[in-house]
Amino acid sequence: MAKAKVKRSSTSIDMTAMCDVSFLLLTFFILTATARQPDPLEIATPSSTVQYKLPDKGVVVVSIGKGRVFLDIVGQDVKKATLQRMGSVYGVTFTDEEVKRFQVVQAFGVPFGSLKQFLAMDATQREKSGIQSGIPLDSTKNNELYNWLKEARQANAEIYGIDLNAAIKGDSKTEYPAIRKVIDVFQSQKINKFSLITSSEGVEK
Amino acid sequence: MAELDTSSGGGKKGGKVRTKKQATKVDLTAMVDLAFLLITFFMLTTSLSKPAAMEIAKPDKDAKDENRLELRESQTMTILLGKNDKIAWYMGQAGKTAPTIEGFDDITSTLLANKKKVKESTGRDIVIIVKPTDGSTYKNFVDIMDEIAITKTNINAPAVDDDPNHILDSEKEFMKSKGIF
Repeated sequence: MAKAKVKRSSTSIDMTAMCDVSFLLLTFFILTATARQPDPLEIATPSSTVQYKLPDKGVVVVSIGKGRVFLDIVGQDVKKATLQRMGSVYGVTFTDEEVKRFQVVQAFGVPFGSLKQFLAMDATQREKSGIQSGIPLDSTKNNELYNWLKEARQANAEIYGIDLNAAIKGDSKTEYPAIRKVIDVFQSQKINKFSLITSSEGVEK
Repeated sequence: MAELDTSSGGGKKGGKVRTKKQATKVDLTAMVDLAFLLITFFMLTTSLSKPAAMEIAKPDKDAKDENRLELRESQTMTILLGKNDKIAWYMGQAGKTAPTIEGFDDITSTLLANKKKVKESTGRDIVIIVKPTDGSTYKNFVDIMDEIAITKTNINAPAVDDDPNHILDSEKEFMKSKGIF
């Protein structure tokens, strides 16, 4: 009788299916990941142990740093509606091109008067020109932050039917009076509940 | 691992010289490795880039005075946020008990101790009033709210009173004397 040969099993596995699945997932995650645009304002947020994450839509983030106030309206449709509403408040009309450009801007901090000029620039110019002096909120007459917030809330309520979440993103070193000014604007519109954006930190002890 | 399967050739010697059949299998190991690495990266960046949000509720400014509750002296702790990351705190009414100056490292144990003391002596939960002064920074404010949440002294929601006119003269004087106002 011939020797019974032990069949050697091959060590290579068929990876085609695995490869398919992994690339499918990869494509999915790449597409869902939103490209982050660089913040015009360098902000180091303080850390906290809260676990609650900021929702994806219906949020307005007011960034405070180095004495300037920036505004970020999350969601392109809300942004568009807000801009049009702001235009009608101040009697300015925006072209489709300008609206489109505004929709992709993340945080902005320009007085409404120079918004058109701001939109015409590209990202590097915006950085260089120093046009972003912050949104004025000092005087009661020229409180643009108040109007932005008000219009954004109304636009948000129309589109999603829920109230807007107002959030403050402040630099650790910001002195409290600057924060209080923004909170006062919130409270003047009866936004008594708002969020503070912090970076995550492990639970202590 | 990375071998190509060429067994279909049937290698008998002496027969016709056959052209070797090219294997159709490609080694996918490296490709799968790379794909999974990228998947991990995108998965983590999508969920981790979302910032955490701390909820703050403040009393309505225009609320009528009759809606306001008086706080019991025995269950109230007032925390004043001062300059240079310092905290001054006192129990009860201003001016009656001398405030204590502390840094942020010690406030956790203080909060826990006061919470226990109030619970034992009055049977009620502690109420905390946070008063950020003009010298304090945003970080101080977030830190103290975080500490209150960690020590679970927020059963009665902490009251944030940031109106500069509400900082009492006795509080001001004390903080000035310690150089943290």
